[in-house]
Amino acid sequence: MSVVDRQEWDVVVVGAGGAGLRAAIEARERGARTAVICKSLFGKAHTVMAEGGIAAAMANANENDNWRVHFRDTMRGGKFLNQWRMAELHAQEAPQRVWELETWGALFDRTKDGRISQRNFGGHEYPRLAHVGDRTGLELIRTLQQKIVALQQEDFRETGDYESRLKVFQECTVTRVLKEGDRVSGVFGYERESGRFFVLEAPAVVIATGGIGKSFKVTSNSWEYTGDGHALALLAGAPLLNMEFVQFHPTGMVWPPSVKGILVTESVRGDGGVLRNSEGKRFMFDYIPDVFKDKYAETEDEADRWYDDPDHNRRPPELLPRDEVARAINAEVKEGRGSPHGGVFLDVSTRMPAEVIKRRLPSMYHQFKELADVDITAEAMEVGPTCHYVMGGIAVASDTAAARGVPGLYAAGEVAGGMHGSNRLGGNSLSDLLVFGRRAGWHAAEYAAGLSGGRPVVDEVQIDSAAAEALRPFSAEAEIEEPAGGPPENPYTLHQELQQTMNDLVGIIRRETEMKQALEKLAELRGRARRAGVEGHRQFNPGWHLALDLRNMLLVSECVARAALERTESRGGHTREDHPGMDRKWRRINLLCALTDPTGGLAATDPVRGQITLTRETTEPVRADLLALFDKEELVKYLAEEELYE
Amino acid sequence: MATGTEPPATEPHPRSGGVRAGTRAAIAAPHLRTDRWWLAPAGTAAGLLAFIVYSTWRAFANADYYAAPYVSPFYSPCLAENCEPMKAGPNWEIFGGWWGISPAIIILIFPLGFRLTCYYYRKAYYRGFWASPPACAVAEPHKKYTGETRFPLILQNIHRYFFYAALLVAGILTYDTVLAFRDENYEWGHMGLGTLVFLVNIVLIWAYTLSCHSCRHIVGGKLKHFSRHPVRYRMWQWVGKLNARHMLLAWASLVSVALADFYVYLVASGAFDDPRFF
Amino acid sequence: MSGYTAHFKVWRGDVSGGGLEDFEVEVNEGEVVLDIIHRLQATQAPDLAVRWNCKAGKCGSCSAEINGRPRLMCMTRMSVFGREETITVTPLRAFPVVRDLVTDVGFNYEKAREVPAFVPPAGLAPGEYRMMQEDVDRPQEFRKCIECFLCQDTCHVVRDHEENKQAFAGPRFLMRIAELDMHPLDAAAETGLDRKTTAQDEHGLGYCNITKCCTEVCPEGIKITDNALIPLKERAIDRKYDPLVWLGSKIRRRSSAG
Repeated sequence: MSVVDRQEWDVVVVGAGGAGLRAAIEARERGARTAVICKSLFGKAHTVMAEGGIAAAMANANENDNWRVHFRDTMRGGKFLNQWRMAELHAQEAPQRVWELETWGALFDRTKDGRISQRNFGGHEYPRLAHVGDRTGLELIRTLQQKIVALQQEDFRETGDYESRLKVFQECTVTRVLKEGDRVSGVFGYERESGRFFVLEAPAVVIATGGIGKSFKVTSNSWEYTGDGHALALLAGAPLLNMEFVQFHPTGMVWPPSVKGILVTESVRGDGGVLRNSEGKRFMFDYIPDVFKDKYAETEDEADRWYDDPDHNRRPPELLPRDEVARAINAEVKEGRGSPHGGVFLDVSTRMPAEVIKRRLPSMYHQFKELADVDITAEAMEVGPTCHYVMGGIAVASDTAAARGVPGLYAAGEVAGGMHGSNRLGGNSLSDLLVFGRRAGWHAAEYAAGLSGGRPVVDEVQIDSAAAEALRPFSAEAEIEEPAGGPPENPYTLHQELQQTMNDLVGIIRRETEMKQALEKLAELRGRARRAGVEGHRQFNPGWHLALDLRNMLLVSECVARAALERTESRGGHTREDHPGMDRKWRRINLLCALTDPTGGLAATDPVRGQITLTRETTEPVRADLLALFDKEELVKYLAEEELYE
Repeated sequence: MATGTEPPATEPHPRSGGVRAGTRAAIAAPHLRTDRWWLAPAGTAAGLLAFIVYSTWRAFANADYYAAPYVSPFYSPCLAENCEPMKAGPNWEIFGGWWGISPAIIILIFPLGFRLTCYYYRKAYYRGFWASPPACAVAEPHKKYTGETRFPLILQNIHRYFFYAALLVAGILTYDTVLAFRDENYEWGHMGLGTLVFLVNIVLIWAYTLSCHSCRHIVGGKLKHFSRHPVRYRMWQWVGKLNARHMLLAWASLVSVALADFYVYLVASGAFDDPRFF
Repeated sequence: MSGYTAHFKVWRGDVSGGGLEDFEVEVNEGEVVLDIIHRLQATQAPDLAVRWNCKAGKCGSCSAEINGRPRLMCMTRMSVFGREETITVTPLRAFPVVRDLVTDVGFNYEKAREVPAFVPPAGLAPGEYRMMQEDVDRPQEFRKCIECFLCQDTCHVVRDHEENKQAFAGPRFLMRIAELDMHPLDAAAETGLDRKTTAQDEHGLGYCNITKCCTEVCPEGIKITDNALIPLKERAIDRKYDPLVWLGSKIRRRSSAG
């Protein structure tokens, strides 16, 4: 059937953001011939959008900081649902990963004595975020990109070919992970530019595709965030973990409509910005939850003193974890105290001189000036919650980043679940990418090298069916006369409907009835998506690309909706209006999503049952020495009785 | 398998060079700008041309360049025997009597060279006179382009030597300005309108000279570690501030030097009497 | 404020040919050119090819030429145009076209590979790097670059002269060399690599005639010409065209050898 270009590699990394590039560097440095596949151009990944910084307990700004404190903050932020071993590894290894970037040419902002400067961020007890102004993600991606180029230059000197051991396939999309039996045998994908199919045969595949934000209407995420990796893993038979936890960043732009959702960095608050409602009140003081009562200031005076004297004052409540702030803003707007365009005010103009704002928040200044015609040194910004990050993801082994049940499949970065529990702290994402990107690359390379009995063989039938699946949107139009199908659907319309559904019905505040409604709507969209048709040919055809991405978004959205319906409590990035409290019994419960049809096919599906089956799983108890890092009184708030006495 | 999904076979269409080269998007127009992009290069060319015409006339005129106590900046220092006598003034007869033509030619080489190789003026005349390019994203008319890689334009790299010379010239013009605090009888402690003109001119000349990119490099830009040279770092920052206005200063000083010369011409030719303040 | 209908001309086609196509399209308050292109995709031309990612001016994907000027589509507000004005959008004209607004920017990735990478200083372990803010300020400005390649597109050296692509790295990558040369801990010199000389000899710095179009188009406001290219030219002059510096270095070398 289809003639496809085939190549052999040891490790294939899907995704070229922070995690993917870090994995590729590690795999290549450990001797594996490594291919990286990315949907965009090399260096454009969503990581460039990260603004605030990389959390790492280097103790440059406050010498009391160490990995234990970082671990504690991470667990508190995630409301103790985190895969604790991941949180531990993350806190321990983050400083090394940051320092390593310097040896590759990164230039972070400096302290007076020449070390890496660290800034305050929500949920972090000490200033901990290594940063470069408010463009840290760009620095991270550029550094990794340039390290990859450096490795290619090394290979060029030795072999005469830049791409002999490490190659980036830009503007290519993977649609299927291929398998031989249980194990990974390669990937199937297409080149966006030409529309041609290709197969990379490889025993180890690292998925590092990022998040799912494009299933929501108001989001800070770019078009790439269509949950590809989540879907690839599901289709390959690996389960997803705790997909109900979606982080809504409290501060996205709300006006003008075309930029609604674009991120306003948390550093605005870390550096002194405050939130006010339409009455001019700093409302966050009213929203400090019990578990955080003794850590946050109760008066504006104390909060303001904290910026200069953090050792003797408590932090301002604007720096509560993101889920708390997002809910508070949501509540204020709902009660009619919002700003003209349905947000609240975030003000730095009255808190800092104009030059300081321009120096510390240059891209925010630029962003508001250019996109909203607002001068943030003179007036307040209008902000509101925006879909930002998914804490849930591919269930992985903490130490090796290996996906469950599929030998040879690894996952790192946002696409992997567990690390952040029910809510991620700002700054923990970039460090997560580096720590687990490296681990995924390392173990993938080791797995590929250690294969005994030959490499898995790619199955021709799988290639053919993957090609047929990818070409489906073109034939949808040919079936225009078929009575059974109904008219072909516009993929753009389907996408908009999906985004609206997820935004309205499975958004920041959730209710049982609405989520059931969402599942019905998703079933309808699934049916219509099968008729998504496209015009034109395969060469750089965005309509076709979107039609293919719809499969992934629909799968992932169903996971989110089903898991959210199942978890009858509110925790972190999952807020149930009908179950407002955090329930200690749920702390030990993980929800796993798997494909109902174990063959991985997406054939006729029962709209009621859908394609996803949920299972509950009880987590492993937190190791005693890690629990000992917390006070008994604090643990009581999170842990169930039986856990406390185990 | 679906048909018609393969992209059409593509052959680059044969076209000419540059933006119309075969593989680029087929657009016939050399540019699609809708603004008045030609205004800036045209203005630049007109301004420079006006100065060239004026200064050529004045440099070769060999007359009306001294009216005590003022000496035209075009003729300072005056280094030939045929110079008009200036008391304590900058006429040193380094060149003997064999120099027959205007003494301005001897010295003008230096400020001219400084401005000709200046990074701002290069931009100005490459765009304004050479149309290389006429404006951003407007196709240039030349078939070949080698930039400053070969003779003669590779000589632009001697800019810093002209900068050193320009420092000397600026020093002498400063001296002239000091001398301008005399009256026509060489009595000290006086001031006229001409003194004011000279003052403004010398401030602009210094500002332009010190805002030079080569100067910025020499005082500190060449360093790898500012932190180890705090004084030079301070100077680099200061020059950097001036450097950001290099274009403005280039024009302002060009006008002021021509005005200073013209003022001297008016007074020396008797068309105008220098009003004395005290 | 209400919406209105704008007149657009968008270049459509591929390497075999193409032309400007007319569209009438709705525009709402606060929108940018990229929003309008997206509306065309969703309503009139579903296969209109365009590159974009973040839509916030941070990734540098949606580079195009709007009314003949290289710009990011996501950062060009519709309010800068008159309602009656026809807005022409074409792909970047310095690079081979792929389809519609998408061009083959491979040139830039080739050039990126030709610039020797950062050389870490010997004897400093990770975590031991000490750099002062005043020393990293300069290279940090250049690291703001989002690689939108608008400077590469507008630079007449390659835009108007395809044959120069071989020899000339373009403003973005000359700036990268300047960045590395100003990096306080780059140890290229210790390994025998003189970035100042190679900028001129291998990356075509001499082709630059500092006409500043790169600086004019930079969406990040990086002073490419004044802060990177001219300082780099001056550094190359130190090595290649300045007899005083050359003599000084000879004498110093001799005295340190002796």
